[in-house]
Amino acid sequence: MYNFEYQKAGSVADAAKAATGEAKIVAGGMTLIPTLKLRLASPSKLVDLGGIKDLVGIKAEGGGVTIGAMTTHAAVANSAEVKKAIPALADLAEGIGDPAVRNRGTIGGSVANNDPAADYPAACVALGATIVTNKRKIAADDFFTGLFETALQEGEIVTSISFPAPEKAAYQKFRNPASRYALVGVFVAKTKAGVRVAVTGAGEGGVFRKKSFEDALSKNFSAAALDGIKVDAKGLNSDIHASADYRAHIISVMAKRAVAAAK
Amino acid sequence: MADMGIGVSVKRREDARFLTGNGTYTDDINRHGQTHAIIVRSPHAHARIKKINQAKAKAMPGVVAIFTGEDMKVGSLPCGWLIKNQDGSNMVEPGHPPIAQGKVRHVGDPVVVVVAETRQQALEAAEAVTVDYEVLPSVSSLKAATKAGAPLVWDEAKGNICYDWALGDKAAVDAAFAGAHKIVKIDLVNNRLIPNAMEPRAAIGDFDKATGDYTLYTTSQNPHVIRLLMGAFVLSIPESKLRVVAPDVGGGFGSKIYHYAEEAIVTWGAGQLKRPIKWTAERSESFMSDAHGRDHVTHAELALDKDGKFLALKAETLANMGAYLSTFATCVPTYLHATLLAGVYTTPAIWCNVKAVFTNTVPVDAYRGAGRPEATFLLERIVDIAAREMKMDPAEIRRKNFIQTSQFPYQTPVALQYDTGNYDATLDMALKMIDYKGFAGRKAAAAAKGKLRGIGVSCYIEACGIAPSAVVGSLGARAGLYECANVRVHPTGSVSIFTGSHSHGQGHETTFAQVVAEKLGIPSEQIEIVHGDTAKVPFGMGTYGSRSIAVGGAALVKALDKIILKGRKIAAHLMEASEKDVEFKDGKFTVAGTDKAKTFGEVALTAYVPHNYPITELEPGLEEQAFYDPLNFTYPSGCYIAEVEIDKDTGTLEIMRFVASDDFGKIINPMIVEGQVHGGIAQGLGQALLESCVYDKDGQLLTGSYNDYCMPRADDFPNFDVQHTDKPTPCTHNPLGVKGCGEAGAIGAPPAVMNAICNALGVVHMDMPATPEKIWRAANAHMARAAE
Amino acid sequence: MPTTVSMTVNGKKVSGSIEPRTLLVQFIRETLGLTGTHVGCDTSQCGSCVVHVDGKSVKSCTILAAQAEGSDVLTIEGVAKDGKLHPMQEAFRENHGLQCGFCTPGMVMSALDLVKNNKNPSEQQIRDWLEGNICRCTGYHNIVKAIAAGAKAMA
Repeated sequence: MYNFEYQKAGSVADAAKAATGEAKIVAGGMTLIPTLKLRLASPSKLVDLGGIKDLVGIKAEGGGVTIGAMTTHAAVANSAEVKKAIPALADLAEGIGDPAVRNRGTIGGSVANNDPAADYPAACVALGATIVTNKRKIAADDFFTGLFETALQEGEIVTSISFPAPEKAAYQKFRNPASRYALVGVFVAKTKAGVRVAVTGAGEGGVFRKKSFEDALSKNFSAAALDGIKVDAKGLNSDIHASADYRAHIISVMAKRAVAAAK
Repeated sequence: MADMGIGVSVKRREDARFLTGNGTYTDDINRHGQTHAIIVRSPHAHARIKKINQAKAKAMPGVVAIFTGEDMKVGSLPCGWLIKNQDGSNMVEPGHPPIAQGKVRHVGDPVVVVVAETRQQALEAAEAVTVDYEVLPSVSSLKAATKAGAPLVWDEAKGNICYDWALGDKAAVDAAFAGAHKIVKIDLVNNRLIPNAMEPRAAIGDFDKATGDYTLYTTSQNPHVIRLLMGAFVLSIPESKLRVVAPDVGGGFGSKIYHYAEEAIVTWGAGQLKRPIKWTAERSESFMSDAHGRDHVTHAELALDKDGKFLALKAETLANMGAYLSTFATCVPTYLHATLLAGVYTTPAIWCNVKAVFTNTVPVDAYRGAGRPEATFLLERIVDIAAREMKMDPAEIRRKNFIQTSQFPYQTPVALQYDTGNYDATLDMALKMIDYKGFAGRKAAAAAKGKLRGIGVSCYIEACGIAPSAVVGSLGARAGLYECANVRVHPTGSVSIFTGSHSHGQGHETTFAQVVAEKLGIPSEQIEIVHGDTAKVPFGMGTYGSRSIAVGGAALVKALDKIILKGRKIAAHLMEASEKDVEFKDGKFTVAGTDKAKTFGEVALTAYVPHNYPITELEPGLEEQAFYDPLNFTYPSGCYIAEVEIDKDTGTLEIMRFVASDDFGKIINPMIVEGQVHGGIAQGLGQALLESCVYDKDGQLLTGSYNDYCMPRADDFPNFDVQHTDKPTPCTHNPLGVKGCGEAGAIGAPPAVMNAICNALGVVHMDMPATPEKIWRAANAHMARAAE
Repeated sequence: MPTTVSMTVNGKKVSGSIEPRTLLVQFIRETLGLTGTHVGCDTSQCGSCVVHVDGKSVKSCTILAAQAEGSDVLTIEGVAKDGKLHPMQEAFRENHGLQCGFCTPGMVMSALDLVKNNKNPSEQQIRDWLEGNICRCTGYHNIVKAIAAGAKAMA
């Protein structure tokens, strides 16, 4: 690891002020610290959000939930509010990484990092979540802009994420057998405004919505509705673990399973 | 000592320290005044080193020294086994400098060593070292290396061939094929693996300015072998001035047998700097510097008569050696592979040709099973294909060809002589354990829920208890493969055992103590097992090839017998009896037909306080040493059966049942043996389903971390049903009747599960690892066929 | 620019002057000399380094010592009490749930966290929980058995 200054921020405002230039914000650190260990990043300063109590917590609101950015995956997985409002979201959190990772990793960190194989971006997009920052509110559709890229600007920090409750939803993940990240993850949400389907792990540009699935499922919310809808392998990842063709196929299978499992 | 003797599942005495964090692994050791080494490694598969720029690094804080290949001109890391070509000439044996000289030959080849006061400083300085390379064309696969006109790893190895070796009677094989009813063929790849013991390798070199003695602490399975190889061949340090300590070692699986560059670097460097140097691998460094395993490409053919009897087998194998010859590399595809191709069958004629090939990859050497998994996979796959083509039951075609119990000792056509075995017994037991007859019903039930169910049988045999020195010597081994044990009885009757075997998970401290308790009849608290330090243990060849109990245990028994013999003489004197009337049982010397008795402790005390002692006939003291050189290999065997279900939609597979029925002869500690089999099975299933080392065409390692190299996790497996045969056949030529159990699982498991997968999918063959995508593609083809 | 961190480790207040980049596992192993916590990988996957921070299992190779400032840390050295193995450690011994011992401290620490969350875990729940703990020796069979037995013994 390269050396850096370390600062524990007392408030979001402090953190925003400190997080300029070559400084980096650390939330749970589950992605950033491994990156630093491999000397793939050399921030001048780490600004730790770990001490900001306001950023932790889950509130049931308007049928949905609002989750503080520094809430751990374990807390989301075990939250009675989340289980009641959006059980699929609790299930998703329960499946992130391993228990030790879930005890440290946070929803805000995951969303701000936008790893193309992370799970939360699929939930945010499919559920039509709103990412709340210290500066504004951003619709999930506008937030994830590419591989490890988001709409966040310098000094902008995710403070919470609001998820409206769907009628039913489910997340199905096909794990990369080695890394255990999503090789393909499909989040299906049936909402009043229609069905939304988001795919993570598979796309070259990170999370994306599957329009053809959404249209079919909006008309007929059943696994059978997806029969015969071909998923184009173009734009999907291909590596030693799976070809793009296989990923395309698995997107269909996971989507059907998510529809069948939706609750 | 019924509660702690042979055959009892005694709980392990080493566990308390491991469970409380008190184990002492190499990286846990720190020496006074210690410096830290970081190794700058080649990023290229093949390149000429043009210039090493180290001025900037040298000036950085804390830097103590920077060493390159030009600085460290020492001997070559040796290869321990000379293989002869078919024409009688010697294999090509290039040098292997600890630090690259002139050229680098694989990604990870050491180029520069940076030594600093702290690890962090060494890391930073290492990053400041720049090396100018002229990148050369490279070969990273067997296929690429053996293509006409391929770039050469070594100029002296034409066509990148290290050796072209054969075993068996080709004329007899050709004749049998000419008259065969059926010939079945297979082309297969035995996938390259990375051993991944959980403890990364580490080494600390120390130098005593007062005495000029060197000490190396290292993660090794065989400290005496390292002392011999490094002292004699690399650094020219006499054994008397070099101590090698292998403390607690966190798993080996073969990868910690070999003498590695880093061991020589820190030892030599400590002498240069007159300060200790510590090096600990990061995992990503382990991936590109630990010896890899397997990596064969094989074509094989089996000839059968009309009744399904095997007439002859021929196999042609390309075996990847990597860029340099590691310690045991050359014997793995030859004497540990081709010699096992008879398996448990009476195949009368066998011929095997092995071409060892250099590539620009990490050296390949023995990994759990070493050659025997490759042989068993080849054989048990082709036998399954034969059953399919002959329309015979896979279990029955095997049974039909088994060597019968009446045929032992059985001379195979590939050099080995099996002393004993009972293959029907292990097959019958495994068939019963899995309810083989009920499979059709289970397959139908699976089909009803849309799953493809398959069953796969594998009957393995291995040659363990490595090895009779005269035999291996005649085959090119450059060392003997005996073992040494020393028994020191202390005046109060407690006992220290010094064994040349090394435990890195196998539980020797418990098992060896059981042997001592059984033989001497003393409680286990009075028995100490010492291993892993050349300053304490007289000599040793270490632990690999399932040899510890079969060879090391036998040496221990011999030394204990000497103790008892001397004890009887002392006891006879004390009891004024004739030595021939003195018996030793349950820790007591007694005179037959009398109530006279002396305890083991009394005799021990007398040996050290020889007031009343046969001093003209016997020396005082009670300490004995024995070397044991085995008369033959041991031949553990068994039958493994796997049952799998496949999800056609995704190609994911679930192992529904896995049963193992093994014949390890006599068993000292059933609990430990079962644990060894579990671990072996997991590594075997890992090879079959998950693990694969992948290089790209430029020699870059694509599977260089746990993100890409798939390590088996707890949720990949079910519980394993592991049982010992009800009709064991103890080894006939060692005093304990033991055969060894460490590698069986890794040998028997891959073909069992691959046969099950091929059975479920109705395909002839699938290469390992059977990934979901591969299975899905095969399942789709299967469905397409079914629809026709 | 060294900084001082203070925390409670195995019930004892400790502090040390460290660089900010120091990982918790380095602080534990190198500053405190508690070498029972191991490092088996550099990608936060193997779990040999699992300790408890404020009662929860974390990978000590993936948290800075500075982030654990003021925390209550439990390492494998603090699990046995008064020279007696904890029931979970005893269950590992009784069920031969360890071989080389390298992954064992992390396994025990993970197992203890599992039982905190689930007093009576099923075999499948144990296997799922161990996703972040890699063992190369045991094939997991006896680890799973040990954890089930340990959970029972702790009830």
